[in-house]
Parts: sequence; structure tokens; C-alpha cells
Amino acid sequence: MKRGIITAVLIFICFLLQCTVFRALAFGGIVPNLLIVLTASFGFMRGEKTGLLIGFFCGLLVDIFFASVIGFYALLYMYIGYMNGKFAQIFYPQDIKLPVALILCSDFLYGIGCYVILFLLRARFEFTYYLLHIILPEIVYTIAVTLLLYPLILWINTGLERSELRSGKKFV
Amino acid sequence: MSPIVKRKGEKFTLPGKYLLFILTILCTAMVLLTFNTKVFSGPLSAVAGYLVVPFEEGISVVGSWLSGRSEELVQIRELLAQNEQLKQKVDELTIENTRLQQDRYELTNLRELYSLDAQYDEYEKTGARIIARDSGNWFYSFVINKGASDGIAVDMNVMAGSGLVGRVVDVGPNWAKVKSIIADDSNVSAMVLASADRMIVSGNLKLYASGVIEFGQLVDSDDVVVEGDKVVTSDISDKYLPGILIGYINTINRDANNLTKSGYITPAVDFEHLEEVLVIRQLKQNVPD
Repeated sequence: MKRGIITAVLIFICFLLQCTVFRALAFGGIVPNLLIVLTASFGFMRGEKTGLLIGFFCGLLVDIFFASVIGFYALLYMYIGYMNGKFAQIFYPQDIKLPVALILCSDFLYGIGCYVILFLLRARFEFTYYLLHIILPEIVYTIAVTLLLYPLILWINTGLERSELRSGKKFV
Repeated sequence: MSPIVKRKGEKFTLPGKYLLFILTILCTAMVLLTFNTKVFSGPLSAVAGYLVVPFEEGISVVGSWLSGRSEELVQIRELLAQNEQLKQKVDELTIENTRLQQDRYELTNLRELYSLDAQYDEYEKTGARIIARDSGNWFYSFVINKGASDGIAVDMNVMAGSGLVGRVVDVGPNWAKVKSIIADDSNVSAMVLASADRMIVSGNLKLYASGVIEFGQLVDSDDVVVEGDKVVTSDISDKYLPGILIGYINTINRDANNLTKSGYITPAVDFEHLEEVLVIRQLKQNVPD
């Protein structure tokens, strides 16, 4: 219950920041993808199910406000969350290399997915242009933000796990 | 044994892959349903609107207040000098204005005589503030803080200053989504004001940085269209009201087929620093004859 509310608030805050504050801080019109950071980190911290659910809700929020059809971004984020969940077994909170690598790959996959479905299918073939001017800058910016945001997410998750453990012991 | 069979005394849990499968089907169904219809947009946008929009509005108000203050400090000195110049200009303009008012009176009479259609500056408009911009980097759309309860409807045209910004593509009770004319998937039927030659103006992600938009399919057999010509929305568009300024022709090239021309247009609106927009409450579909 507590976890649900806190996660919902996190999704909400990341979405708000991404389309208001970070729009104002955009470098060359590129915004970092906070929702990918959130989806991916909960994926590898908590497992496939949490990852795919958080991805689904993040995507749905984007769909409602900015997409022309409802469901496309939900699908994309959901699969990214699910794939990150596969790495939950080899995740250790002390290690920063795996999270950064996973978030990097997730954002790259997201960029490729957007390009193929939304641009390639409309006969926009200049892949290298989009790779160099949209996908790569977004990854770089997202990784920079990850270094600030990920420790916060990790801290919140550890806090939640500790409090769940405590209340679990109380009732046994 | 199947993992979803419930054993006695055990809490029921659905494995991840089943959940993924169910949600994939749900999403695909939603994509197919919302591709042509607007089934979900009602309830979903209402719920999301009441949750998200108040916060977005708050942040954007604070943000524009802060940027306004910082700009003010920089500009005070500049403004003092400008003020002097402007005072002189006011005197000149007042004289000119009286002369123009006489002309205008004459023009109104003449228009009535010819029963000309009203120009677009006479359409009823509503001001709205931009409260959120696209969360991705692929398209250029934004959310404004007025919605169905303020009389905004889908397909209403959106302007800023004197130029066309885009049109409303989705409305919630207290918000509306605007797709701009520079978005990669947007096409506008337009014409050159001077010669009434029609063309298609389309947005392109590759041209965002250079601040221009593309046009194509311009049939200009008499070679009268030149760089600097005004481009306005055409009278044959079914979404855009006629005669709204889009921009000025920047470059013009003859296509390989030797029949049509294409090139670039400098938009009349500064899309980088857009904060407030005007929504025209008149829909093209019900313009009176």
C-alpha cells in the first residue's frame, strides 16, 4: 500500500518535471528521459512485474497527454521495464555500473523503437541523422540525470524495503 | 503444475509473463481502437486532467514568474532608453492613427457594400497558457490550460501573435493538446497570398534547429512566387480557417519533375519562446457563408 502510493507519486513527479522544468532546461531542444530511468531502475531493483507495471503507467501518462494513439508508449515502456526485470537476479545495490549500463541500453532501445515505429514507417530514412541528433544526445543527457536521480530512487527503495521488513516481523 | 493455480492458504499471485501478455493485448487493443476513434479519450483525459493539470499549471506559473523577473533586471536600463524613443513615436503615431481611422471608416463602409467576409482578426479568440511540452524529443506538441469547459473543441485553430501555431487535437475538461505546424507528422494546406497558388506546408524534425519548415507541391507555372512572399492557410483546407499567416518563403527550388516547386518557409511564430497562445473559437466546418 505504502509502496504503491510512493511509486505513484514518483511517476507523477518525474512526468511533471520532464514536461515542464526540464523543457526549460533543455540543451538544444533535447530533454532527458526521466520516465525511462524510473521504469528501468524499478525493473532491475524489484523484478519483472514491478518493472512492467511501472512502465505501463508511465507510458499511459505520456500517451494521454502527448501521443496521437493511446497504448503505444505504454507498450514500449512496459517491455523496457519487463526486460530490465530479467536482470534483478544479478543486481546489487552497491554496484553502479550495471544500473547505468541498463538505463543506457533502455534509452537506446526506446529511441530505436520510436524511430522505427513513428518515423521509419512514414518513410523518413535518414537514420544516422536521427541517431546523432536525437537518440544519442538524449542518452547522454539521461545518463547525466541518472547519476543524480538513481541514488535517490535507490535510497527510497531501500527505505521501503526496510520498513516492509520491520512491519512484516511485527505481525509474524 | 500450472503457476496460476491457487493452492489453499497461499496468496494468489500472477506471474510476470502472464501479466505482460495480458497488458500487451490490452495496449494493442487500445492502439487499434484509438487509431480512428476517440473512445477512451473522454474518461482517461478527465481523470489525468484533474490529477496532473493543476500541478503543471502551478509549475508553469512559477517558472514564467522567475524567468520574467530575471529578464526584467537585465532589461531595465535598455527599457529606459527605449521609453524616450517610444514617447516620440507615440506622438507621431497618434497623428497617423487619426488619419488611418478615417480610412478605416471608409473601408468598413466599402466592405459592407461588397459584403466581404470578415478577416481573421475578427474571429472570437480565447487566450491560453502553455503548461506542458512534449515529454519526448520526437514531436512538437504541447498542452494548454483551457479545455472543453472553456468552450475549446477539437480542430480549433491556435495562433500566437499574428501567425498560425497549430490546431487542437485532443481536449480534456480543463486542458487541450495542441499539435503544432512544425511537428514532423503535421501537414497544412496553404497558399501564397499574392498569387493564390496552393501548396502543402509540412513540419520536419530535421529542420527544427534551422528554424524553418518545408513546403512542397507548389504549382507556379507563371514563375510569380518569389522569396519573401507571404504564405497563408488556404481556403480549401477542412481544418484551418482561411487567410491565417503561416510565414514567409525563405528558399524556393524547382523540383526534379519540372512541374512543381518546393522549399522552405520561415514561420511567423517564434516556436522556441512560445508561452501564451490564442485559440480561435470558430471551427472551419461551421463558418457561415
